[in-house]
Amino acid sequence: MASPHLDAAYNLARWLTRDPHDAEDVLQEAYLRAFRFFGGFRGGDGRAWLLAIVRNTFYTWAEQRGRHQSEVEYDDATAGLHAAEACADQGLHGTDPAQLLLRAADQQLIESALLKLPLEYREILVLRELEELSYKEIAEVVGVPLGTVMSRLSRARLQLRHQIEAMDQP
Amino acid sequence: MNTMNCEEARELLPAYGDGELDLPHALALEKHLDGCADCDAALRTQRALSQAVRKAPYHRAPDTLRARLRAQLPAEPIAEAATPPIAAPNAPAATLPVAQPRRRRDWSRWALPIAASLALAVGLNVMLATQRSQQSLRDELVAGHVRSLQVEHLSDVASSDQHTVKPWFNGKLDYAPPVRDLAQQDFPLLGGRLDYIAHRQVAALIYRHRKHFINLYIWPGQDGDAAPDHHGSEGYNLVHWRRDGMEYWAVSDLNGEELKQFAELQIEAATDKTANAPNT
Ligand SMILES: [Zn+2]
Repeated sequence: MASPHLDAAYNLARWLTRDPHDAEDVLQEAYLRAFRFFGGFRGGDGRAWLLAIVRNTFYTWAEQRGRHQSEVEYDDATAGLHAAEACADQGLHGTDPAQLLLRAADQQLIESALLKLPLEYREILVLRELEELSYKEIAEVVGVPLGTVMSRLSRARLQLRHQIEAMDQP
Repeated sequence: MNTMNCEEARELLPAYGDGELDLPHALALEKHLDGCADCDAALRTQRALSQAVRKAPYHRAPDTLRARLRAQLPAEPIAEAATPPIAAPNAPAATLPVAQPRRRRDWSRWALPIAASLALAVGLNVMLATQRSQQSLRDELVAGHVRSLQVEHLSDVASSDQHTVKPWFNGKLDYAPPVRDLAQQDFPLLGGRLDYIAHRQVAALIYRHRKHFINLYIWPGQDGDAAPDHHGSEGYNLVHWRRDGMEYWAVSDLNGEELKQFAELQIEAATDKTANAPNT
């Protein structure tokens, strides 16, 4: 059972934990849970299902280590307010797309910008862009409605952009 | 959809850029983009960011991890749902990882929950005819909880309104589970669904606390109240109590203390009739 989606599971765990050893711990626990309660049985291709277990295991793991509060706590309702104002200036005052892309060519810069994002944003960007999950699959993994997937994704991108621009200052 | 303004356009841009927008909306949006440089720039920015993230490293699982997982877990997945194995999978005892001695215990413990979840998964009503122990009941509850976390199964009736959830059970069960919202205490009610536990159809209410989902199973039980009692099971917590002839089992990956607090709040809400007027 280990093979089919192991890379996806590990990639997510790496981005969530930001550490190779922690990622392995989380993954091992996640696989135990997956096997214990389902015996590997599931419908569909099982990737979203496995990623949801990895994610759940991670949050439990992080909480047990007290790494939880500041980074994980997050309120979509208040974030919505910021998004509304952010939406207004998107594309108007920021760097132009071509320039942004130029800066983004620096892989290391992108990686550290992503790692600095709040968990909620980091995970949704990883699921969307690196795992190439559909909105529906993301909704399954994260456990939120489709509308939330969309709005959170756009806030995540906006935040990433601010992060990239901030890091680019000499 | 006739003419779209910028506000509407911005709302749809993410889905459009991600190829998730339906055709009518996409066409309307494209029409707007043709005439609006600002929104067009916003789309290009979004795409640039999307591409940027795709340049970030993709971490592939190291071969050592792959090998370790393979050694840790039974060799073959139980793919044939039609023939759920009751016996324990053969444990490759010799190759179990040394680094995880805690997990070297016998695999036979796993046979029951696996069988239980499989039986649930394929809708089998017939399970083990023997008397089920408390442990197997707990395993079944945890299995139900985990299964419900697959989004599609979390709730059959999604509502934070206890007055909607409660009547939903009418006619589906031969008893009326008490339904209480605890949103004010930070345990909002998300909905309800039917589940099968110990051969019978039972009510499951879903609550949330921070990132954690709680399944609250309710079915008629013995007389006499029982105070909340905590049980742990491989990373999940269960709290059991009995009140007014109903058995309650709360299951979550939330920590035991807070789950117990949830139980106390439920009992409090049941006692405080003024705060929770009977449903009509
Ligand atoms: Zn516009």
